[in-house]
Amino acid sequence: MSGVSEETIQTVTDMAGKYSAGFVTDIETEKAPKGLSEDIVRFISAKKNEPEWMLEWRLKAYRKWLEMPEPDWAKLDIKPIDYQDSYYYSAPKDHKDGPKTIDDVDPILLDTYAKLGIPLREQEILAGVQERTPVAVDVVFDSVSVATTFKKKLAEAGVIFCSISEAIQEHPDLIKKYIGSVVPAGDNKHACLNSAVFTDGSFVYIPEGVRCPMELSTYFRINELNTGQFERTLIIADKGSYVSYLEGCTAPMRDENQLHAAVVELVAHDDAEIKYSTVQNWYPGDFETGQGGIYNFVTKRGMCEGRNSKISWTQVETGSAITWKYPSCILKGDNSQGEFYSVAITNGRQQADTGTKMIHIGKNTKSRIISKGISAGKSNNTYRGQVKILAGAEGARNFTVCDSLLIGDQCGAHTVPYIESKNKSANLEHEATTSKIGEDQLFYCMQRGLSEEEAIALIVNGFAREVMQELPMEFAVEAQKLVGISLEGSVG
Amino acid sequence: MIKIKDLKANVETDDGAVDILKGITLDIPDGEVHAIMGPNGSGKSTLSYVLAGQEDYDVTGGSATLDGEDLLEMSPEERAAAGLFLAFQYPVEIPGVNMSTFLKTSINSIRKQRGEKELDALGMLKLIKTKCAELGIRDDMMKRAVNVGFSGGEKKRNEVLQMAMLEPKFCVLDETDSGLDIDALKVVADGVNALRDPKRSFLIITHYQRLLDYIKPDVVHVLAKGRIIKTGGPELALELEKKGYSEFVEEAA
Repeated sequence: MSGVSEETIQTVTDMAGKYSAGFVTDIETEKAPKGLSEDIVRFISAKKNEPEWMLEWRLKAYRKWLEMPEPDWAKLDIKPIDYQDSYYYSAPKDHKDGPKTIDDVDPILLDTYAKLGIPLREQEILAGVQERTPVAVDVVFDSVSVATTFKKKLAEAGVIFCSISEAIQEHPDLIKKYIGSVVPAGDNKHACLNSAVFTDGSFVYIPEGVRCPMELSTYFRINELNTGQFERTLIIADKGSYVSYLEGCTAPMRDENQLHAAVVELVAHDDAEIKYSTVQNWYPGDFETGQGGIYNFVTKRGMCEGRNSKISWTQVETGSAITWKYPSCILKGDNSQGEFYSVAITNGRQQADTGTKMIHIGKNTKSRIISKGISAGKSNNTYRGQVKILAGAEGARNFTVCDSLLIGDQCGAHTVPYIESKNKSANLEHEATTSKIGEDQLFYCMQRGLSEEEAIALIVNGFAREVMQELPMEFAVEAQKLVGISLEGSVG
Repeated sequence: MIKIKDLKANVETDDGAVDILKGITLDIPDGEVHAIMGPNGSGKSTLSYVLAGQEDYDVTGGSATLDGEDLLEMSPEERAAAGLFLAFQYPVEIPGVNMSTFLKTSINSIRKQRGEKELDALGMLKLIKTKCAELGIRDDMMKRAVNVGFSGGEKKRNEVLQMAMLEPKFCVLDETDSGLDIDALKVVADGVNALRDPKRSFLIITHYQRLLDYIKPDVVHVLAKGRIIKTGGPELALELEKKGYSEFVEEAA
């Protein structure tokens, strides 16, 4: 395969400034004073009218955070973060916590989500049912959840789907039992910060034997300047239940970096399955200079607690200036399964260090890792993954594929696998490839009438197909378009 | 009508630019099939690439028009939309992209460029089914990734299928017979013959006379060292086959 022409590289470069979700919503907000301190932690907790135990949990995390070092092992060049130069709470002014319906939501916000292509009014969604299956959405705007749709319909099936603030009020026993059980407050500096100052996020509980009747999703939007978003999501699938959950994220174009430090915890009991998908499109920063953009420092981990349980992570990562993210599975229950499917695209000056950890504890546990990294521009894209087989994990199996695709010759792709086995019966496979988009492939497509942009989108989607097909149908088309947009600019 | 006049092209190498086409003049009226034969290195494939707009070659002189439109001014995809189709000597693999997605994207890109309405999923399915049936291609090929793991025969049949679907005005077949056994060759030739039409013209590039037993050309050109050295009827191909290229080229010189 021959290399890529200057023009191809130029075409890819031309996507600069084409970030379509980069607008700002003009809405009055209420903010906590700037900076981070014990008072701010108390402010957030008070704002949410939290019980004492929750505040204590936060404060403990905050004190721990003060002592923890920044993780520095990733292949990322991160400018020092000034934690005092950011707001830790920002909410639309008339926001009140507690159960809400769409009718309570400020029309400006509804417009914002309509612009982003997220229909929220249930009637409208149901009216369009022939075209797409309805999806329940929890809508998080800056620091707070502004609405959750289809709650009634879900409640009929026994499913709890609400903001985590509401869950702390309404379902304290579940929160007490599970929060921090998979990602302890002191897991790493970013998770620790989240534990101290998380402001909202989604909570899902699927009772025993229930197959959740619809897709659940959370849409995260950062709007306010100099504001961090610290959401926390907790999903519990009780025995024999099933849920598919999707999150999407966007933010305006700003010259300042903004911090997004989320924590996601999943717990799957006996015979339960959780499918968690992410389409991440945070603002990636300026194409040429790398100025601005979101720091996406996220800790996601799933606990396959029960026998025959299964957790599957699928992620399409196209945005953010810096991505630091390793959705992982702890395979504790015998015969449990973990999966990680990832497409990470970096362009311009973006940096991504992403991958997974599969920790095999139970017998006959299985894991599967499919990672597709695509680098363009002057970006750097690293796959970092750990597969660990503990002594008791008799008959454990792992299969890993890491493929990298390069567009141009100024970007980097790196693969850093860590494999550790303490059980001789384990069976581990690892495959890795690196390739370039070929000029011959582009010419073949163009001879068939495709523009160079269309050709790149087609080839990259083909490269990422194994992962894209894991996405729920409702989102697959959107994600394919996003792949096109993040590499070219004009498709869509 | 395709008109090529004094077309010259070179390619950049480590030792500087090397002239490959040194002035090709050729007219192909609608409905005619022309064959270009020539030894290795004569510039046959270069001609097909230059007409289709491959960027590795620099056009240094001359012109090429399709129905009066200047091909050389257009990007490769514009040439495709104008009706030029190139059947590749080595069709390219595109992993992960299945045939039906590829065909759909291709047809709709061309329709979009022509200002025509894009085909919906159902219309596309029908078209694919009809064309596959006509060419005796099994439906399951549509679920496979473009050219990945295709046999030599399947690759070439796939080129003919795409040609049939895009309904071009001018088809260039670049050594379509290379790597084919007689049975596959016949299937491909039948497909091409079925596409012969008073409004469509063909340029068949080949090394051997064999293909021309199955696709009867109206005119045969012999290309050597970047120039057409002789033009004649189908009998020219037979003469060439008998004498071999070196003797023939020497005589012509």
